Amino acid sequence: MEQFFSPILAAIGYNRWILHVLLILPLVGAIGILVAPGSWARWFTLVVAGLEFFLALGLWFAFDPSNGGIQFESQVDWIRGWGVSYHIGIDGISLFMVLLATGMMPLLVWGSWHSIQVRRRGYYALLLALKSAMIGVFISLDLFLFYCFWELLLIPMYFLIGVWGSSNRLYAATKFVLYTFSGSLLMLVAIVAMVWTVGRATGTYSFSYDHLLANRDALAGQAPWLFTAFALAFAVKVPIFPFHTWLPDAHVEAPTAGSVDLAVILLKMGTYGFLRFAIPLFPAFALSPAVSAVFVVLAVTGILYAALVSMVQPDLKKLVAYSSVSHLGFVMLGIWGSTVQSVQGAIMVMIAHGVSTGCLFFLIGMLYDRRHTRLIADYGGIARVAPILTTAFVITAFASIGLPGLNGFIGEFLVLLGSYARFPVAVGIATIVIVFAAAYLLWAVQRVFFSPLVHEANRTLRDVDLRELAVLVPLVGSMIWMGVYPNPFLRRTEAASRRYIEMVSPHLPPLAHEAGVIRQEAAR
Amino acid sequence: MPVHLVWLTVAFPLLGFLVNGALAFARPNARRAVSVAGVGSLVASFVVSLGIFLTVRSAHIVEPEIVKLWAWLPVDRFHIDIAFQVDPLAAVMLLVVTGVGSLIHLFSVGYMQEDAGYARYFAYLNLFIVFMLVLVLGSSLPVLFIGWEGVGLCSYLLIGFWFSDTANASAGKKAFLMNRIGDFGVLIAMFQLWTTLGTLEFVGIAREAPRLLQPGGTAVTLITLFLFLGCTGKSAQIPLYTWLPDAMAGPTPVSALIHAATMVTAGVYLVARTNVLFAMAPATSTLIAGVGALTALFAASIGLRQYDIKKVLAYSTVSQLGYMFVGVGTGVFVSGLFHLVTHAFFKALLFLGAGSVIHAMHHAYHASHSHDDAQDMRNMGGLRSYLPKTWVLMWIATLAIAGVPPFSGFFSKDEILTAAFVRGADNPWYYLFYAMGLAAAFATAFYMARLMVMTFHGENRSGAAAREHLHEPGAIMTGPLIVLGVLSALGGILNVPAALGGHHALAGWLRPVFAPSAGYLQVEELRGSTEYLLIAAAVLAGVAGLVLGYRATLNSRLLPAREALPDTGFARVLANKYYVDEAYDRVIVRPVVGFSRSVLWRFFDQGLVDGLLVNGSARLFRGVGWLGSQLQTGQVGFYVLFFAVGAVWILHVLLG
Repeated sequence: MEQFFSPILAAIGYNRWILHVLLILPLVGAIGILVAPGSWARWFTLVVAGLEFFLALGLWFAFDPSNGGIQFESQVDWIRGWGVSYHIGIDGISLFMVLLATGMMPLLVWGSWHSIQVRRRGYYALLLALKSAMIGVFISLDLFLFYCFWELLLIPMYFLIGVWGSSNRLYAATKFVLYTFSGSLLMLVAIVAMVWTVGRATGTYSFSYDHLLANRDALAGQAPWLFTAFALAFAVKVPIFPFHTWLPDAHVEAPTAGSVDLAVILLKMGTYGFLRFAIPLFPAFALSPAVSAVFVVLAVTGILYAALVSMVQPDLKKLVAYSSVSHLGFVMLGIWGSTVQSVQGAIMVMIAHGVSTGCLFFLIGMLYDRRHTRLIADYGGIARVAPILTTAFVITAFASIGLPGLNGFIGEFLVLLGSYARFPVAVGIATIVIVFAAAYLLWAVQRVFFSPLVHEANRTLRDVDLRELAVLVPLVGSMIWMGVYPNPFLRRTEAASRRYIEMVSPHLPPLAHEAGVIRQEAAR
Repeated sequence: MPVHLVWLTVAFPLLGFLVNGALAFARPNARRAVSVAGVGSLVASFVVSLGIFLTVRSAHIVEPEIVKLWAWLPVDRFHIDIAFQVDPLAAVMLLVVTGVGSLIHLFSVGYMQEDAGYARYFAYLNLFIVFMLVLVLGSSLPVLFIGWEGVGLCSYLLIGFWFSDTANASAGKKAFLMNRIGDFGVLIAMFQLWTTLGTLEFVGIAREAPRLLQPGGTAVTLITLFLFLGCTGKSAQIPLYTWLPDAMAGPTPVSALIHAATMVTAGVYLVARTNVLFAMAPATSTLIAGVGALTALFAASIGLRQYDIKKVLAYSTVSQLGYMFVGVGTGVFVSGLFHLVTHAFFKALLFLGAGSVIHAMHHAYHASHSHDDAQDMRNMGGLRSYLPKTWVLMWIATLAIAGVPPFSGFFSKDEILTAAFVRGADNPWYYLFYAMGLAAAFATAFYMARLMVMTFHGENRSGAAAREHLHEPGAIMTGPLIVLGVLSALGGILNVPAALGGHHALAGWLRPVFAPSAGYLQVEELRGSTEYLLIAAAVLAGVAGLVLGYRATLNSRLLPAREALPDTGFARVLANKYYVDEAYDRVIVRPVVGFSRSVLWRFFDQGLVDGLLVNGSARLFRGVGWLGSQLQTGQVGFYVLFFAVGAVWILHVLLG
């Protein structure tokens, strides 16, 4: 297929304009909605979302898997006096974040077609604006630009939760914004300090990521507090235990589309930040034994802790929210595992979590649309009345549990396998979660879908319709695809992961247990 | 048939799964189409398996043939293909899985005929075969693990097949969770193997392990211990066996296929597949044999006092799996596998026989509008006159499992016990394991005789109304029983020992598979007279158990379940399975859930982190803001005062 599409894409100059278009199109769409009649809003959004996804699909073919560096790059000066430029591009890591963000778009609109009854215009405009900000975060290669998108994103999300959320929406929205904002303010200070320090050392004051990376040695002296500032901003966003308590509230109160966006994209921004900025800029400090220990302990604690807390949640959305904290712990573990396997595993977990947790939120949204409750106790025996919905939920649950053959396993397995050489005890403890993960999801499945149908109101609960099926089929299909044939995903992330490892490896302690070392010993 | 076509064995049931899965949604009542797709795909798979087996035999395939399908996890140095491995061991397992599988699929056509979930049932059953074949064919641990977890998934779905009953759904969940504890072990073993050997392929492990691992060293001992943890889950050994008796909540053919003949033997297969590691770890091997012997005896003792016919057979399965582990733990991998094969025959027969009994009882109770338990043996009795074929066939299986010559179980069980005894010469623990095995053999014969008498002999206790409706099921169900009856009776031919005039055919067939471990295991020579004595002892234990069990049960006064008195004393402890489930619940399950709810969630998450720290800091800032706002009183005099004080202070700083 690549042979077929690549020349066409080259002929239309795809590589030169695609990222700009992907960034601008949703924003233009949002403005369009505001000026167009209100009754057009839904269809207009769907068309924009569909177009955005269609255009983004070309990235899959145009992306060069063998190149570990930045592709589709372009740079224009923006605020010359401050050394700020509009510099964008993607590598194998950000490629999938962009594909996730754009791929989820039509599903978001289509999946919550009837969920929003009030102020539709504002809702859809914000949904589109949010998408621009998200894409901006993942393609920015200038820290000023990155910071702008990072903060810009809070505004639409705040209103989506605060206006269209459930009963306790204002509390959740305020908490979400204040919490993540206070984290990222520290990052702003660190960015400015970094530019200043590097500027004094090299004479060039620039927010350019490349420039800062090339001169990262100048930052070594201040690395401890600079890294800490970045790490706090990202840790809140991931969220790493114990900075996670905003997430269950935000998820529970957000409308379905907001929950899905939170899970699929927003939660990847923190881990992406570590991979792109926090660790490559300060590798010596970030990967030092003491700092590694802190993050690995927090990751493993979060993995187990969140799984256990998830198990006892009475609310389906909270259950899935805590499970996200657990999954993101795997990503953190994989990042600090610092082998090609563990980093690729971390990226695979990010993609897989996006697909399967996104799908879980869609499914919970469908249940909520029918019964207006998220409480597990209000269901039971649903499998008898809604077999298709049940089937989709069970497959998604098993994907999330990490059943081999589905997407969740690939990432978790690679993370654990790749990190084992460096942190065998931590991996051993983290692996126990496979029991708890099965426990919280299968217990929920049992109480919601199996057992006798006790509530009369559930007797008339209808199965999914064609519109909902159109949302579920691509998601479930990609879970199976990624689990059975993850090769296309691994191939596209491999070069970038290897480049990342090369970037940080001078600062890594050697692996005592590497097969080669042992082999030499045995030979002796 | 060319070996590279081995993927067809998997493709047929996969196709069956897809067709039946689609039918389950679109045309759930298209029973004929479902039967054709469900059974036909299995028979096709069996034919291909037979072809593969004959090729392996005629071409003398000794080195495993790797059939690569596609690259699955290519990550830098780590590279795993979806690939199948064809060798003598895989060929045997292929035949057992698809052969016994076909018979059980056929039986299911009759057994499940009236079930509303007919299409869904066959979809799950086909999917199970797919994963089971991936398990036995996978050329590396991760591919085996796909099958390993996949059969767990199907087991979960089929145990909870009648999901509207909470108990069934719970049993399915319990099975999956306990298996996952074992899977934790398999994963850790894989990580450790990869870091020390740099490969997870079976061929690679057999090649690298002798070069890179110290026999009896820490690394190999740890790896094998973690692998064995996986086996205790999948193959229901102490301490993870409690899910298997509960798994009887599923349809009876499922119990026969998954929870007796195939899936639960996966642990034995895993040990055999990675035999070189276990041969290099004598400490682990001793532990395996010990756990196997203990499980064999422990589960057999519980089987003595169960009343549910399927529960007896479930504990019997746990116990027989224990024998297989005694075998592989003693280093006689062939004997362990031999028992796996014969057990697949006679235990499938026992379960399907129990299935016909339950089927008949269920119909009788249904027709007479009775709500008595169709699986409780206290409600049966005297069924031989109503189900004569089933009666004869089940006696064949009973003689086989009791180890009475010349039935199949005699040969396989005797080999294991003999080997354990021989091993006692250099490790006295094995004498103990031998004695436990012998005691378990006695108990096995006893509870089987009890089962047969309670079910088929004596007076009928089903009630007059139900009695009139009791009859043997149709040919589609008795047919598979007869085939299994022949196999149970004659299966011993596969591996007749030299002492009885045979030439160990199975052992010769599997020799190349176990060649890598041969160097680590010394073979003790046995004097002829000792061997005959051991055989005599094993036969004696079995026959004594049968006779005593038969007479004791026949002479006891049996009452229907509803009139029966509760058990007392130790019998009550046995009937309640030593209260192990209760203990697990009190000591592990409830504390974990309670701790998660009250300490982790309510106290730590909501109270400390969110309440005190997050919202607390918000309150703190709001408080400081409130203090600041109090300065803004709106009274000019107050502002003037502050202004004056400030000005004086600044002047003081500047001038002083």
